[in-house]
Amino acid sequence: MAAEALTPEAVFNQLNDTFSDYELTYDENVPCIIVPANAIRDVAMQLRDAEEYAFDYLMSLSGVDNGDETLGVVYHLYSFTYKNQLTLKVIVPKEDPKLKSVARIWLTADWHEREAYDLVGMTFEGHPDHRRILMPYDWEGHPLRKDYEVPEFYNGMKVPY
Amino acid sequence: MQEELLELREDIASGIDSGKLRTDEMVLNMGPQHPSTHGVLRLELVLDGEVVVKIIPHLGYLHRCFEKHAEAMTYPQVIPYCDRMDYLAAMNNDHGYALAVERLMDIQVPERVEYIRVIMAELQRIASHLVAIGTFGMDIGAFTPFLYCFRDREFILDIFEKTCGARLLYNYIWIGGLSHDVYDGFEKDVMQFIKAFRPTITEVNNLLNYNKVFIERCASIGVLPPDVGISFGCSGPMLRGSGVDFDLRRDDPYSIYDRFEWDVIVGDGSAGTLGDCWDRHMVRVKEMEESCKIIEQAIAGLPEGDISEAIPKRVRPLAGEIYTRVENPRGELGYYIISDGKGNPFRVKVRAPGFVNLSVIDAISRGCLVADLVAILGSIDIVLGEVDR
Amino acid sequence: MEALLQDLLGENLLTTIVYCSLPLVFILVYALLAILGEVKISAWMQDRLGPMRTGPWGIIQPLADVLKLLQKEDTTPGTANKPLYNLAAFLPFMASYATFAVLPFSSEYVGADLNLGAFYLIAVSSIAVVGIIMAGWSSNNKYSLYGAVRSAAQIISYEVPAAMAVLIIVLFVGSLNLSDITVAQEGGFWNWFVFGGPKGEVTLADGGVISASWANIVYFPLFGATFLIYYVAGLAETNRTPFDIPEAESELVSGYHTEYSGMKFAMFFMAEYANMFVVSAVAVILFFGGWQSPYGTTIGDLAGIRWLGAVEEFGWFTVKGLFFVFVMIWLRWTLPRLRVDQLMHVCWKVLIPATFAIALVVGALVLVV
Repeated sequence: MAAEALTPEAVFNQLNDTFSDYELTYDENVPCIIVPANAIRDVAMQLRDAEEYAFDYLMSLSGVDNGDETLGVVYHLYSFTYKNQLTLKVIVPKEDPKLKSVARIWLTADWHEREAYDLVGMTFEGHPDHRRILMPYDWEGHPLRKDYEVPEFYNGMKVPY
Repeated sequence: MQEELLELREDIASGIDSGKLRTDEMVLNMGPQHPSTHGVLRLELVLDGEVVVKIIPHLGYLHRCFEKHAEAMTYPQVIPYCDRMDYLAAMNNDHGYALAVERLMDIQVPERVEYIRVIMAELQRIASHLVAIGTFGMDIGAFTPFLYCFRDREFILDIFEKTCGARLLYNYIWIGGLSHDVYDGFEKDVMQFIKAFRPTITEVNNLLNYNKVFIERCASIGVLPPDVGISFGCSGPMLRGSGVDFDLRRDDPYSIYDRFEWDVIVGDGSAGTLGDCWDRHMVRVKEMEESCKIIEQAIAGLPEGDISEAIPKRVRPLAGEIYTRVENPRGELGYYIISDGKGNPFRVKVRAPGFVNLSVIDAISRGCLVADLVAILGSIDIVLGEVDR
Repeated sequence: MEALLQDLLGENLLTTIVYCSLPLVFILVYALLAILGEVKISAWMQDRLGPMRTGPWGIIQPLADVLKLLQKEDTTPGTANKPLYNLAAFLPFMASYATFAVLPFSSEYVGADLNLGAFYLIAVSSIAVVGIIMAGWSSNNKYSLYGAVRSAAQIISYEVPAAMAVLIIVLFVGSLNLSDITVAQEGGFWNWFVFGGPKGEVTLADGGVISASWANIVYFPLFGATFLIYYVAGLAETNRTPFDIPEAESELVSGYHTEYSGMKFAMFFMAEYANMFVVSAVAVILFFGGWQSPYGTTIGDLAGIRWLGAVEEFGWFTVKGLFFVFVMIWLRWTLPRLRVDQLMHVCWKVLIPATFAIALVVGALVLVV
């Protein structure tokens, strides 16, 4: 484990070599790696298991409505071995917001993906227990979408009280 | 016994009448109104007699739409909402949020502010741990230590009240500064508290933590192996109880924590198995002493200065995003803030430690008794305000 | 006492009724005191004041509590089995009240001086379990059911060591009559069974004689251990901390009486406090000389005033009993709760073998010496 912690850019370059089939892009403003929706599970697996990355800790998984007809999922990773952080992003179109689940790779993602589905409304394929978590199970709509409108009534109760 | 039960369950599932006694699983709803779910958590327990077969947690009874609210508020207006997430550690929540926005805006905070923030955060940590220790004892059935803990927490709340006028939800740590400077005699009050507080740790140790009955109830119960803890994203005393030497105050230093001498407490499994309820509990007990050390050093080095000089007139960060994490009493509290250059945040996502820590409940409680489940839940130390946000 | 009442009221049914309800008066007064004691003692232990607003230092608080309970709405769950639900509330108190019949409060007052007193006591106190099971079952609440099942398992288990502990003393005295057992410890505290039994010769009412011997040295630790076992088992039978598993409020809300409110809840409450006194009183009778004063005689006896002696004896009995009630309260606010399997472990693997071993040794010694 004498190896140095990799910078996000170095991780991106190495990943790009490993996954030449997928179109990974690097956003240096954040900095983060933007991963296609169908590639996230493979990339995540590689990042967790390969010795040079060892990102064994998923700090946070956030669903975002980007406001431009796309939804985003942001993964913040941390490595206990190298003590460095990495940000991944997946951007999916609003009409068909589907991406692969990483709940089996980092168990943290289980509830976080449920939360992202609940509040922002993307579907995580392969999630073991794809239900709402914070809102009532029969709630309609996903509140954190930018075009979300608060319903008048919920089960006969007035909502904006 | 266990094998027989499993066999029997298989027989029942496949519809074979083996002639043995037939037992069936029972579903028990624990909560949302239950004395030991620490709020309005609802656990759907599948029980085989008293043995827990499966737990299905149902959250959201205290969901107050923090993230939705935050999008409609200006940056400084979000702080009171942060208070209300983990209402037992409001100072730490404010600290994390203020830190995130300051990093987004590139604000340098005066020395005095940093010191006061650290003192407040550590006092709050002690207060929060006192509640955790007391309520854990109460879950096990010991009522008296709870009141000893609350007696001392009262002193901390008094100090907070004298400083900013509030006892639970402070709105004290602002972006770039503080709402008030500390009052005259603050240092004396804090030192006096620490002097009076140390004997309480011994007292609680004698009465509760090294009590034979208590150890029997907690040792080797709810064992969380370190690798499982990391995979579940546990943090704080929960992960340290499993022997993982990880504390953000040291490993990802923020504010001025790198200036103080103190130790990261990890569980050692001395009562039973590494990562059991007793380890988690004892990490909290010992951490209070470490917090005392930090406070003493911070009080000794508290510089003079103006606390409001860095408070920006208008909080309007440039477009960008940031993920900041701080060590809450319950673990890693993360704020993921996206700014689009306007006066209110585009998106605020909170990575609540209680939310993540609670998600292990099913994994570590299978096969234990209902009484153990109460102990495990107590040792996770959840605050539903933060789990449900 | 009975003669006194007959002089006053004549020999009729009224006398009997008054004679029988004296313990009820005692229980009511005692329960108020015990509730006050519980809140005040816990307050002192926990660095707080306890109730302070009702009367000076809050001493009228128990009365206020009773008034509150009397006024409360009596709710019954819609799906409860109503006859059972209503009946169940009164059974535990009935059982513990029935045991008061054989307690010798003083040499002048025993409700019923049965020569099977100890047996009656063990038998009747078990009726409480029926009430608890009925309460748990009829409430139609899973928590109540769990509480009831736990309680039944616990009380039935702990009856074995408690009964064995009683039997050990019975073996030694050779009588099941509780008055006889008290008389066998006359003449000062060193003659109490907890200190090894009589050091001189004692003649019982039925003519039996117990005399001192070298075996007293062996009895001293044995009876001491028996007392501890009895007290622990008794604590478990009253469902008090650290054995309050049937009503463990952090696990089962309130166990078998979760659904009860108002006066029916108060009956369970009264039964608990009455039971605490019964257990303490039996411990006092068996091991601490019952109504005997610690210095062997009473001022009333010395002065030749019979009623004063009886009152003093009653005083000693009550004081000793209340002391053990105090110890129960003390334990409750000090110890955490055991788990259900640990509870069973303590009973079947520690207490019961210990009582059997002691019974064996005592039985052999009684035969030999």
